[in-house]
Amino acid sequence: MSVNRSKIDIVVGLFVAAGIIAVVVLALKVGNLASFDTEGGYRLEANFDNIGGLKPRAPVKSAGVVVGRVETIGLDPETYEARVALRIFPAHRFTKDTIASILTSGLLGEQYVSLEAGGDSAYLGSGDRIAKTQSAMILEKLIGQFLFNKASETPGGASK
Amino acid sequence: MQRLALDAFADLGAFAIDGIGRLGRAALFFLRVLGASAAVLRRFRLVTVEMLSSGVRSVLIIVVSGIFVGMVLAVQGYEVLQRFGASESLGVLVALSLMRELGPVVTALLFAGRAGSAIAAEIGLMRATDQISAMEMMAVDPVARVVGPRFYGAVFSMPLLSAMFSVMGIVGAWLIGVRLIGIDDGAFWSQMQAAVDVRHDILNGLFKSLVFGVAAGFIAVFEGFHAVPTARGVSSATTRTVVVSSLTVLFLDFIMTAWMFRG
Repeated sequence: MSVNRSKIDIVVGLFVAAGIIAVVVLALKVGNLASFDTEGGYRLEANFDNIGGLKPRAPVKSAGVVVGRVETIGLDPETYEARVALRIFPAHRFTKDTIASILTSGLLGEQYVSLEAGGDSAYLGSGDRIAKTQSAMILEKLIGQFLFNKASETPGGASK
Repeated sequence: MQRLALDAFADLGAFAIDGIGRLGRAALFFLRVLGASAAVLRRFRLVTVEMLSSGVRSVLIIVVSGIFVGMVLAVQGYEVLQRFGASESLGVLVALSLMRELGPVVTALLFAGRAGSAIAAEIGLMRATDQISAMEMMAVDPVARVVGPRFYGAVFSMPLLSAMFSVMGIVGAWLIGVRLIGIDDGAFWSQMQAAVDVRHDILNGLFKSLVFGVAAGFIAVFEGFHAVPTARGVSSATTRTVVVSSLTVLFLDFIMTAWMFRG
């Protein structure tokens, strides 16, 4: 009996192990649990006039390399600016005069935060705020501005 | 004429009463199965044996269909994506559709056809040959001894099978997309990893298949246990198991998808 019994147990054990391996493969190879360790790293803050379509967990890139993730997005109650918290991987340091801007990857791609380091010798520490920021480009505003400029260029622009 | 109209209403009423009565019996039976959980899980060997017949023996069909579904998704997805110059996103398309929808749903449908029907036929035949009554005679609770292990076997097998299906599907898509069509290997995986979220996509998919396991397993044991104890009764219980569990899985899938991915 014990031979027969252990055979069933072994086969079912293999089945369960294969299932669990499949879940682990999904988590590590397909999803990216490995990059989930955002607990490490330090936090930077930046205020933007307009963040466009930026979302939490969007990448933070410097020279195209992912150096962190967007952690939270909130509205500053006094200045009515968007307050974005960034979680930067511990391996990367940025100078005090770093410029943060919101860019779009590709024509229809997702939006991300780009950091451009300057020449300052002092570095940003945990909880510091990035002073120089550049907002996301809003297509409607650009078009509006363009039309406004065109109209003011021609003297009799509004004559029709 | 009046008689005919009355008959129609009587039919409708009988249909409604019958349907609601069946639903009520199913709910009570579900509570009874859950109530027997402690007894079932204490004798886990019975569940193991059921996982052998419903889970392990379904691996082959799951693996083979997973590979083929993945290959078809790759061919069809590539055909559309390359029109937009986005053929590198093939990995994202395949991984998300497998993990969120096709993995849990197709696994549940295959499971209902492969294992659910077998469970219903087995229990129905036990009912038809009075084995269930014999157990009750000997003061053995048939729900704890026969129904519970089969139910839990299905519940535990389903998420594992669904994960295997998704992995095999991605392997199939990789074979077609990277090996045959020649999409860049690095882009295939990195775009997939960037887009797939562990909690939102993978865990939600596994949760779905757990719910499908409960639904498909319960419908199979319910139909089998309440089969009319004749040859025709067992056959119609088997048929109903496949039809009802497939429809229930699709319906539950819509409800859960609307709830999980509404944002």
